[in-house]
Amino acid sequence: MKLHMSHVAALVLVLLATSYCGAPQREGMIQVKGSDTEVNLALALAETYMADNEQASIAVTGGGSGTGIAALINGKTDIANSSREIGREELDMAKERGIDPKAIIFAQDGLALVVHPSLPIDSLSLDQLAAIFSGEVTHWSELGGPNKEISVYGRQSNSGTYLYFRDEIVKGEYGSGTKAMNGTAQIVEAIKQDPAAIGYVGIGYIADKNGVLSPGLKALSICPNDTSVAVSPLKKSAIQDGSYPITRPLYQYTNGKPTGTLLAFILYELGEEGQRIVAENGYYEINEAHKQHNASILDTLP
Amino acid sequence: MPSQTKARKSLQTNSRSGWQDKVVAGLFRAAGLSTVLILLGIFLMLTINGIQAFADISLKDFFFGSLWNPSAYGEPSYGIGAMLVSTFMVTLGSMVIAVPLGIGTAAYLSEVAPARVREILKPMIEMLAGIPSVAIGFLGIVLVGPIIARTFGLSNGLNALNGSILLAIMALPTIISVAEDAIRSVPHTYKEGSLALGATKWTTLVRVTLPACTSGLIAAVVLGMGRAIGETMTVLMATGNAPAMPNGFFDPVRTITATIAIELGEVPYGSTHYYSLFAIGTVLFLISLAVNLIAERIAAHYRSQHS
Repeated sequence: MKLHMSHVAALVLVLLATSYCGAPQREGMIQVKGSDTEVNLALALAETYMADNEQASIAVTGGGSGTGIAALINGKTDIANSSREIGREELDMAKERGIDPKAIIFAQDGLALVVHPSLPIDSLSLDQLAAIFSGEVTHWSELGGPNKEISVYGRQSNSGTYLYFRDEIVKGEYGSGTKAMNGTAQIVEAIKQDPAAIGYVGIGYIADKNGVLSPGLKALSICPNDTSVAVSPLKKSAIQDGSYPITRPLYQYTNGKPTGTLLAFILYELGEEGQRIVAENGYYEINEAHKQHNASILDTLP
Repeated sequence: MPSQTKARKSLQTNSRSGWQDKVVAGLFRAAGLSTVLILLGIFLMLTINGIQAFADISLKDFFFGSLWNPSAYGEPSYGIGAMLVSTFMVTLGSMVIAVPLGIGTAAYLSEVAPARVREILKPMIEMLAGIPSVAIGFLGIVLVGPIIARTFGLSNGLNALNGSILLAIMALPTIISVAEDAIRSVPHTYKEGSLALGATKWTTLVRVTLPACTSGLIAAVVLGMGRAIGETMTVLMATGNAPAMPNGFFDPVRTITATIAIELGEVPYGSTHYYSLFAIGTVLFLISLAVNLIAERIAAHYRSQHS
């Protein structure tokens, strides 16, 4: 959730460091790089793991999902954090270089649709959301609200969240009036000031672990379709069992099946203590389907 | 004999100092040339990369298309129309605010203000230049935006007007200090002549002093404008960045600098999108170059009139 220029600066530093030193290949040293959504979580996991295992050494950096995947393809990182699935072009490029990306799902993230508390609308359906974000519906009055033009807030195109929401919810182009904010913090600040606002934000960012929302905001309940009951993103169980419709898995990509110290760290993340840290950091534990997916990649489970 | 050696010695030191002069002069020449080389290098780097974008984008779509959406869900589009309009709007808007304020402040500081006031005001204005652009952008979101929204009855204030106000604040220190230097450089004889003829202080300032330093004032405005055109972080944060063609100062805008900053971070290396960012960088470079050349011509014109 830092500002974009700091990402660029970090990227430049990382590029300099990696190009001048080469990839650090110290025995037991694990490089983790990528998504900004995941960076704080991965850091928390790495720190607790290193406290228990003194010989382990894990370095975590951000830069964005695309940066992490690019680093994996270039052999500069052991784990690429990504809040989206690897793209087809990226997969082709990886194969060309003899890299075989394998995805582990180590946590879930729910996206909340946030509005100003004064807006008299409490729930929307996925279709209505798509209509708002594609610019088809432009006034709250069309959805039973006040006669105000909707101000739509989103992230910028370098954000994994921007791509996820476009591909999975809008399923088309964003409306050309959608404001592209520079990070989640700015979306939240803008919505607090704007009575006609709507925007998407990671739930962990705006709610504490007991599901209490930060003041000055309202999180909409979402109906998966027009006939079903609206589900609030603040209900933790709703995210875990998948009844809240806007959740996404958070990935960690490795080159081929992880082994040795890398496997040990990943098993720790997926295990009981790792998942407890996931929940403490405002993200959600993985569900049965995710566990099955992981088992098919790793052949073993914690 | 001793006097001869003395003379030779002094000759030696002389020739050594001549040799030192040459080295120093050479160093300064190299420094001057390196500026030109760096400028040329940047221009070549931008154009060589930028031109490759046109393997996939037609020139017509690039210059006359209005929508910029390279990482589209469907067909990508590479029109710079809305971006150009946005950049011009924000820059001109900021100049409309900053030029009268800046030149007015400069005239006050150099002609009217008592020494004590000047001593306090000058460092404060210089401090304004030291505020990081991120901080000003944040003020745009939490302070200027809501004020604009309330004043004009809008739902939010993330628009071209917000960007113009913030950029005006950022351009002010440049405009004020360059304009003040220009006004101070006007010979005292001009002012004294005018006052002796019975003109008031105000008439002297507006009719004699300011016209006498027009070239300096133009330099001040152009330097301020350069600051505004190139500023990235502030507009990125405060103008909403919607890609649509703006219809007025209350619409969100997305400038060229903001677009490059947003997209260069994660663009796949060597793709059309990557090269297209260099292409819009070239456009921005040419715009600033044009502004500077025009200003240079105007300034030279006034200089020749006065000499």
